[in-house]
Amino acid sequence: MIPPDPGPGPVATRREFFRRGLRAGAAIAATGGLGAWLWNRHPPGDFGRTQASDPRKDFAVRAAGPRMAIATGRDRAAMLRRALAAMGGIERFIGRGDRVMLKVNAAFATPAILGATTHPDLVAELARLCRAAGAASVIVTDNPINSPESCFELTGIGAAARASGAGLFVPRQGSFRAGTLPGGRLIRDWPVLDEPFAGVTKLIGVAPVKGHQRAGASMTMKNWYGLLGGRRNQFHQDIDGIIVELAMLVKPTLVVLDGTDSMMTNGPTGGSLADLKATNTLIVATDPVAADACGATLLGKTFRDLPYLVRAGEMGLGTADFESLHPARVPAQAS
Amino acid sequence: MRITTARRIAQAFFFALFVWLCVVATVGTRLWQWRGWPIRWFLELDPLVALGTALTTRSLFPGLFWAFATIALTILLGRVFCGWVCPFGSIHHFVGWLAQRSRPLKRRIEANRYHRAQAVKYCLLAALLAAALLPVGRMMLGSLQTGLLDPIPLVNRSFNLAVLSVADLAAGNWAGAGRFYSGAGLVGAVFLALVLLNVAVPRFYCRFICPLGALLGVIGRVSPWGIGARRAKCTECGVCDLNCAGACNPMGPIRPSECLMCMNCLDDCPSVEPIAYGPRPSPAGEITSPGMSRRDFVISVAAGLAVVPLARLGGATANDWPAGMIRPPGAVAEEEFLARCVKCSECVRVCPTNVLQPAGLSWGWEALWTPALNNRIGTSGCQSNCIACGHACPTGAIRPLTLDEKLGRGGFEAAGPIRIGLAFVDRGRCLPWAMERPCIVCEETCPVSPKAIHLEEVEQTIREGATVRLQRPVVDPARCTGCGVCEHECPMSGQRAIRVTADNETRDRSHAVLLHHEKQ
Repeated sequence: MIPPDPGPGPVATRREFFRRGLRAGAAIAATGGLGAWLWNRHPPGDFGRTQASDPRKDFAVRAAGPRMAIATGRDRAAMLRRALAAMGGIERFIGRGDRVMLKVNAAFATPAILGATTHPDLVAELARLCRAAGAASVIVTDNPINSPESCFELTGIGAAARASGAGLFVPRQGSFRAGTLPGGRLIRDWPVLDEPFAGVTKLIGVAPVKGHQRAGASMTMKNWYGLLGGRRNQFHQDIDGIIVELAMLVKPTLVVLDGTDSMMTNGPTGGSLADLKATNTLIVATDPVAADACGATLLGKTFRDLPYLVRAGEMGLGTADFESLHPARVPAQAS
Repeated sequence: MRITTARRIAQAFFFALFVWLCVVATVGTRLWQWRGWPIRWFLELDPLVALGTALTTRSLFPGLFWAFATIALTILLGRVFCGWVCPFGSIHHFVGWLAQRSRPLKRRIEANRYHRAQAVKYCLLAALLAAALLPVGRMMLGSLQTGLLDPIPLVNRSFNLAVLSVADLAAGNWAGAGRFYSGAGLVGAVFLALVLLNVAVPRFYCRFICPLGALLGVIGRVSPWGIGARRAKCTECGVCDLNCAGACNPMGPIRPSECLMCMNCLDDCPSVEPIAYGPRPSPAGEITSPGMSRRDFVISVAAGLAVVPLARLGGATANDWPAGMIRPPGAVAEEEFLARCVKCSECVRVCPTNVLQPAGLSWGWEALWTPALNNRIGTSGCQSNCIACGHACPTGAIRPLTLDEKLGRGGFEAAGPIRIGLAFVDRGRCLPWAMERPCIVCEETCPVSPKAIHLEEVEQTIREGATVRLQRPVVDPARCTGCGVCEHECPMSGQRAIRVTADNETRDRSHAVLLHHEKQ
C-alpha cells in the first residue's frame, strides 16, 4: 500500500509558500546587509598597525631645583640617608600620598655581591624612606635581560622589596605600549613599559656604576633601557643615540647612582669579584646627566669619554659639568 | 530541452570557464594570458572563503561580495551551485557517472541511498569555522584552515599546481615559464584520491567531505522551492535514486540539504510526474536536519577550537618564526596572513618566475600550501617590477600593491621599498671570500639601485704565490629588499653562497634588523 499524502510536516499551501518566500527574502536581505557592513572594514594590513602614543615619562620636581649630593663610605643605606639629608631631605621630593616607582637595574640573575645589579640594601632603604615621607605606595620594577623572576629573586631585590613593604612589578608582554618619542629617531612605534606607570607620581632610578663594552659606561641613564620592550638589542647599533633618547623619554624625580663598588672590567655583566673595585661613593641627584658624569670619574673617565653624556649635555637634557651644580659632599661619619 | 541537459551545459560551461581562468593566470597580455580575465572569480563566488575570512578578520575583502550572489541563489533555489556551477562537483559528477554507468541498476540505486556518514561534512564545517572564530595570538585573529578542504581553493590548487603543470610539462613548457612546484605531488595525490573515490561511491567528496556543500546545505534549508514526490502517484520503484547525485532520498522524505539540484530524479521517474520541482515542503515529507547530533556538533566545535591554539604552541607565529619562510611582497603580517590565506595558490600560479611556491609542512601545518619564495626553484628571484601575486590574491592575504608602493617611490619614499627579506653572504662558500677566485655575480645581478651589494677590494697572495685582486660582496641591509635574484644567480648551485632569509621583512616590525631612521 502506498501511504496517502500528506507526509510529515506542514503542507505546501499558498500560505506556507508565502511564509517561506518572506523568510528567504529576509535571509537574503540580512546576508546582503551583513556583507555590506563587513565590506573592507579592516583592509589588509590593518591588524599589524598600532596606535603609537606619546611614551614620555616626566616625574621631575622642578620646584626643588637641580640638586646633587656625593656621599662616601661603605654603608649604602647610611650614605643614602646622608646624601638625601644634604639635598634638603627626601621630603623635598616625595610627599604624602605619592605613588613612587623605583626603576632598579635587575638585568641579570646574579647575586648582589657581583655588582651587576642594583643592591638590595638601597632598594630597601629607599622604599623605607619613601614610606616614611608619606608615600602611599612604592613599586619596584625593571624589564631584565635574564628571566625576570630569576633576576628579582637572585639579586635579592625581590626580597628587599617584600621586606620593606614595596610592591614588585614583573613585566608581561602586555605591559608595554607602542610609543613614538617626539623628536626621536629611534624610539618610534616602539614598545615602552606602560602598565606599572598607572597612578605613579614619582620615579626614582637606582643603578650601580658599571663599565660597559659598547656604551663605555652603564649608570643611571643607561638604566632606562629597562623601560624598553621588543627586540631592543638592535639599538646597540646606535647605543649613544638610544641613551640620549632615553634621557628625552624619562625625566625622573631622583636618581641614585651606587659607586660603593664599581664594575671596572667585563661590564655590564661581570661575573667575578675581580671585576669590581671599591670606589666608596654614592651619588644622589635630580639630574641623571650630572650623576653619570660624576660616576664616570669612578671608572677613571670623564664625561668627555662618553659621547652620550656630551650629547645630552649639549642638548640641554642635563649638566655634564656636574661640578657647576655645586654638589654637596658628604664624607663618611665615624660611627 | 530537458532540465538535465540544461544542467549538463551549465556544468560544462562553468568547468571550461574554470579551466580557462586557471590557464590564463599567467602574466602577459595575450588572449590566453591574464590581461584582464577575472581569474579570482570562482574563489570570490565561494561563500566559505567569504565567511571564513569574515570570521577570522571581522571584515570582507571587497571582491568576496560575489559570494553574496551564491548565497542568494542558494537561499532561493537550494544547492544549485553544487549541482550546476562547482567545477570540482562537475568533475566528481562526471567521473562518478563514468565509473558507475555499466554497473547493475540495483547496485547503482544502492550506492545512491542516503548514508548517515553524510553528516560528517557538517562536522568538518563546524570544526573549520570554530577554528576560524577563535581569536588567538597578539592580533586576536582566527586561523583560516577552510582552504584545506573547501572545494574551490582545493580544485584551484590542484589544477594550478598539479594538473596544468603536468599538462604543461607534457606540452613542452607551453606556458613559457617553468612549472615546478615543491609539494605538487602531495597536492596532486590528494586530488587524485578524492576523484578516484567516485569509483566507490559517486560524488563521495560532495556527500561526505565538502564543507562548502555543508554550508550551502544549511543555507538552502530556507529555500521556498525544492524537489518533492507525490506519493499517491508513486510506485516506489526506486529509480529516482539511480542517478541521484546528492543521495538525498528524492522518493521522500527528502533531505533538502543533501539535494544537489541535479534534477536526474525528474528525468528518471517512469510514472506520470510523481516527482516534481515545486514549492516546499515536499508532499512526501522532508528531513531538514543535517543528521548531525548535538553531541557530534559539540565535539566538532571543541576539536576546531582546540586545534589552533595547539598549533600555535609551536611558536612559529611568535619568537620561533621561521626565517626561511619568505612571504611574497605585500603579504600581511603572519597572524593576519594565516587569517586570510585560503591556500588557493592563485599567487603561486601567477608568479612569472615560478619563485613563489606552496609551503610544505616544515613551517607548521597551519602554513601548509601557503605561498613562500624558494629562490632555487624558479627562473629568477622576485622581480622588482612585478606585483602580480597581490592582484591575484582573492582575500587580501597579499595586498594588491602598486609598483610605486613596492619600490618605495611616488609618495612612498618615506616608507621605502617593500622588503621581503635580507640576503646574507656565506663567507665559507663564496668564491672570492673563501676560495680566492673572482666571481661577483650577486653584485652584478642585484636589481636594486643603488645596489644593495657592494664590493670590498683586496689584493691577495694565493697558493701559487701570485697576487690576485679579489672583489668580495658585502650586503647593505638598508638597501636589500630580499628579492633573491642574487641567491638565484649564485654559481654555488647546491647551497648558495648568498641566501635570503625573512629577516628585516617589512610586514612585521618585530623582524626589523635596522634602526628606524636607517630605512630608506
